[in-house]
Amino acid sequence: MKTTATYKENTTAAATTNACKVCSPLGASVAFKGIKGCVPLIHGSQGCSTYIRRYLISHYKEPVDIASSNFSQDTTIFGGHRNFNKGIDNIIRQYKPEVIAIASTCLSETIGEDIKGLISAYKAQHKDEPLPHFVAVSTPSYQGTHMDGFHEAVASIVAAFAERRFKRSHINLFPGFVSPEDIRHLKEILEAFGIEAIILPDYSESLDNPNWEEYHRIPPGGTSVNDIKKTGSAQASIEFGHILNLGNINNSVNDSKVNPTGAAFLQNNFGIPNMRIGMPIGIKATDLFFEKLEGIAQIKTPEKYTKERGRLIDAYIDGHKYVFGKKAVVYGEEDFVIAMMMFLDEIGIEPVLCATGGESGKAQDRIRQLTGNSKLTILQGMDFETIASLSRELKPDIMIGNSKGYYIARELNIPLVRVGFPIHDRMGGQRILHLGYKGTTQLFDSICNALIEYKQNNSPVGYKYM
Amino acid sequence: MKVEEKILPDPSALKKEILSKYPSKIAKKREKQLIINDPEKDQPIQANVRTIPGIITQRGCTYAGCKGVVLGPTRDIINLVHGPIGCSFYAWLTRRNQTKPPSPDAPNYMMYSFSTDMQDSNIVFGGEIKLKAAIREAFEIFKPKNIGIFSTCPVGLIGDDVHAVAREMKEELGINIFGFSCEGYKGVSQSAGHHIANNGVFKHVVGLNDTPVEGKYKINLLGEYNIGGDAFEIERILEKCGITLISTFSGNSTIDSFEQAHHADLNVVMCHRSINYLAEMMETKFGIPWFKVNFIGAEATAKSLRKIGQYFEDKALIDKIEEVIAEEMPPVKEALEKIKPRTKGKLAMLFVGGSRAHHYQELFNELEMETVSAGYEFGHRDDYEGRKVIPTIQVDADSRNIEELHVEKDETRYRPRKTEEQLKALEAKGLEISGYSGMMPSMKKNALVIDDVNHWETEKLIEFYKPDVFCAGIKEKYVVQKMGIPLKQLHSYDYGGPYAGFAGAINFYKDIDKLTGATVWKYLQAPWETHKQVEANFVIDVL
Repeated sequence: MKTTATYKENTTAAATTNACKVCSPLGASVAFKGIKGCVPLIHGSQGCSTYIRRYLISHYKEPVDIASSNFSQDTTIFGGHRNFNKGIDNIIRQYKPEVIAIASTCLSETIGEDIKGLISAYKAQHKDEPLPHFVAVSTPSYQGTHMDGFHEAVASIVAAFAERRFKRSHINLFPGFVSPEDIRHLKEILEAFGIEAIILPDYSESLDNPNWEEYHRIPPGGTSVNDIKKTGSAQASIEFGHILNLGNINNSVNDSKVNPTGAAFLQNNFGIPNMRIGMPIGIKATDLFFEKLEGIAQIKTPEKYTKERGRLIDAYIDGHKYVFGKKAVVYGEEDFVIAMMMFLDEIGIEPVLCATGGESGKAQDRIRQLTGNSKLTILQGMDFETIASLSRELKPDIMIGNSKGYYIARELNIPLVRVGFPIHDRMGGQRILHLGYKGTTQLFDSICNALIEYKQNNSPVGYKYM
Repeated sequence: MKVEEKILPDPSALKKEILSKYPSKIAKKREKQLIINDPEKDQPIQANVRTIPGIITQRGCTYAGCKGVVLGPTRDIINLVHGPIGCSFYAWLTRRNQTKPPSPDAPNYMMYSFSTDMQDSNIVFGGEIKLKAAIREAFEIFKPKNIGIFSTCPVGLIGDDVHAVAREMKEELGINIFGFSCEGYKGVSQSAGHHIANNGVFKHVVGLNDTPVEGKYKINLLGEYNIGGDAFEIERILEKCGITLISTFSGNSTIDSFEQAHHADLNVVMCHRSINYLAEMMETKFGIPWFKVNFIGAEATAKSLRKIGQYFEDKALIDKIEEVIAEEMPPVKEALEKIKPRTKGKLAMLFVGGSRAHHYQELFNELEMETVSAGYEFGHRDDYEGRKVIPTIQVDADSRNIEELHVEKDETRYRPRKTEEQLKALEAKGLEISGYSGMMPSMKKNALVIDDVNHWETEKLIEFYKPDVFCAGIKEKYVVQKMGIPLKQLHSYDYGGPYAGFAGAINFYKDIDKLTGATVWKYLQAPWETHKQVEANFVIDVL
């Protein structure tokens, strides 16, 4: 049988068929939705904003306003300044935002738009008027993936606002591209530890609102500019992820051109120590997170969480016989896949295929380092067509990842446990909890139950008792 | 608001209020795009003009109209998107088009999303080499008979010549390969992409296969995209009537069928906006007359079938059609009688598409619901006011960007299906040949017609009318639902459908009944809260 270890990464494929990644302005837009009072603007053709909104809306099931500078043919010739200015004018007048966050596109980057210059010119023209804050990030979609866009945007936000002058009574938490439910859970944990933390981005409300009594043009929630300023005065930063935006490298861009992440920027420029740990999924990774919190708060983990950990272990013990030795296909963003692999390694599921659309070139070494398991392999630069053909040979028992793997699971007639982004064929993608002991317990239950349900559905007897 | 009488409320005050918040320049522009309908009067509406930057538009781009809408539902072509990864990913079956290959091994590439995944080296040094490699690779793996190349924004800017690549590869691989210059920034909406797709399909595909097609009454169905299985229901009905459907542009379609489209004796047009170009060009080149039909709504379906019968002037067909209608109608009536007491007098608004906002009014009429306001996202004036206004439409710079094909009579294959006299006689009997009278004449007096509706106007409309259902797409869905009004998606049907034909009408009645009768809205208020109305707090102020 061919295994992933023997599979040569097909770096010569010209076409990407059924991509396992999205473009960078999408990631930037998600990050921008986590700033309080922010309206994102995508500087390019209106399709970028419409498509990205469409995609985010189908996952989060919430209004997602992202403005566009609506390039037309003549804009591509004469430059985008007029559309840019008009777009900014209209956003200000309609939304009265606190922040306008601008992401570029392949279109504006190709014609060489200088967005920082456009902002300066706009500010100069309106120097006597109260203006919102501006943030800009360069996200040409021909570089990296949505994860690079996300982390680059977070870094740009920090770089735009961070200041030293505040009391150092808090920490920064950069959770990465996690679900709104994940962010809510992190807040709860930090509160239980008595840790004052600035979470960036925080779209726990803005991308998962309750029903409203009155309509809000800009959804409530998000990290305020004032809090973002304080990131420059924190005691420390915690950043989830090993790969982050290292994927923003390809043939013609050198490693050195990759911008530091938000936490790395603060470390380099403000001397704020950066605790970079993986996404806390599974016992080992979550223990590490709680260890850091204990160190910061100088208290023991509150009982609530030792019990959550206990329940997770209890679940592992009770459920291990249903999952042990099963073969899984895991796919998604690099950091997400690494976190899931560590978790699966704990529960005895063999991840026979771990695939990511990212191309940092660093994921493989990282996972072996983290687990000490030299058999674990991540294939990078993968698309779903390749995942499908490998899966046909590897005959996995289960797939774990976003909605895009559905066709493969359907073809192989195996269960798909939906996690991550995008989830557009189920309710509640925004409410999936992945992180912490609690999130891991839920993931574990979902995986066990999917396998049990599969067995039930395919059993001639129809047992209803475990 | 409950409309008891047959006359809709006068929205003049609403219109005034909406406009009063705009700066005068915008107010002047928007005034021309908000029309209080009077079916007796000709009132020009401004449409198909650029969206104002910084306003949240629901409109898509040219690429979306070309690849996503028109070519997306065709299964035997590899649609290769030349550009960075996003564009291809976003158009990956997001419109819920369905298809049914005749056998499991018949070519079907619709579940694939192909992209050249351009990297910055391709932007700097050009992407033609990668494009060629991707075409060769797709050919090697899938052995398709057709490959379409779709240009995204950067392609036009870096000067990749997709047409030259297409010609070269066509020669090399011996299959049909053609390109579309559908860069996202061309045109004011996806509408431009429809036109570009029509041109490409006409130039490179229609008429390639002269093998005659069997059948007595041969038609093509244009502008039907098989969302939620609509085409399957229409196909079922046409087949039952004994009508041969050569090709549908483009729901449940194949390039093979497009190649033979010129054998049809009639083109019937569903979505006028996206496909009228093909109807016109086929008429000029091959002599195939066309008229507008609508298979959305049971009565509209019956009417459309009768029009086809009338056109062929064949008693056997006319009788068969009547027989089919008589057979199909009873379950429709039965469903309607049960549901209508609950829906009667309720209010609907529709802001969608370039034809859907018109078509779906038929279904609401059948439910005896009132359409108080409607508009298109990317329609043109002729979709609102009818084709009679085409000569008076100003062609602006954005429309001039889009190539108008010069089409002439095909020297050997042009065959008039009807004589001038016959066509005149049919027209005298009420068959609107080569015509479409648009949405506005069929709407009631005082209905508010709005082109490219925006957030502020949506809020004001909801406040004024308090509609029972708002029809639009996913981008509006959660906005409107946050305002306390159920939204029905008419792009992707909220995973429902089909809604076309007779069976589809029943589905729609049931879905609207469920939606307008849902209990969820009763629980918005927590028992400890004092009663508050969901209120508007929008102020709009644009340049």
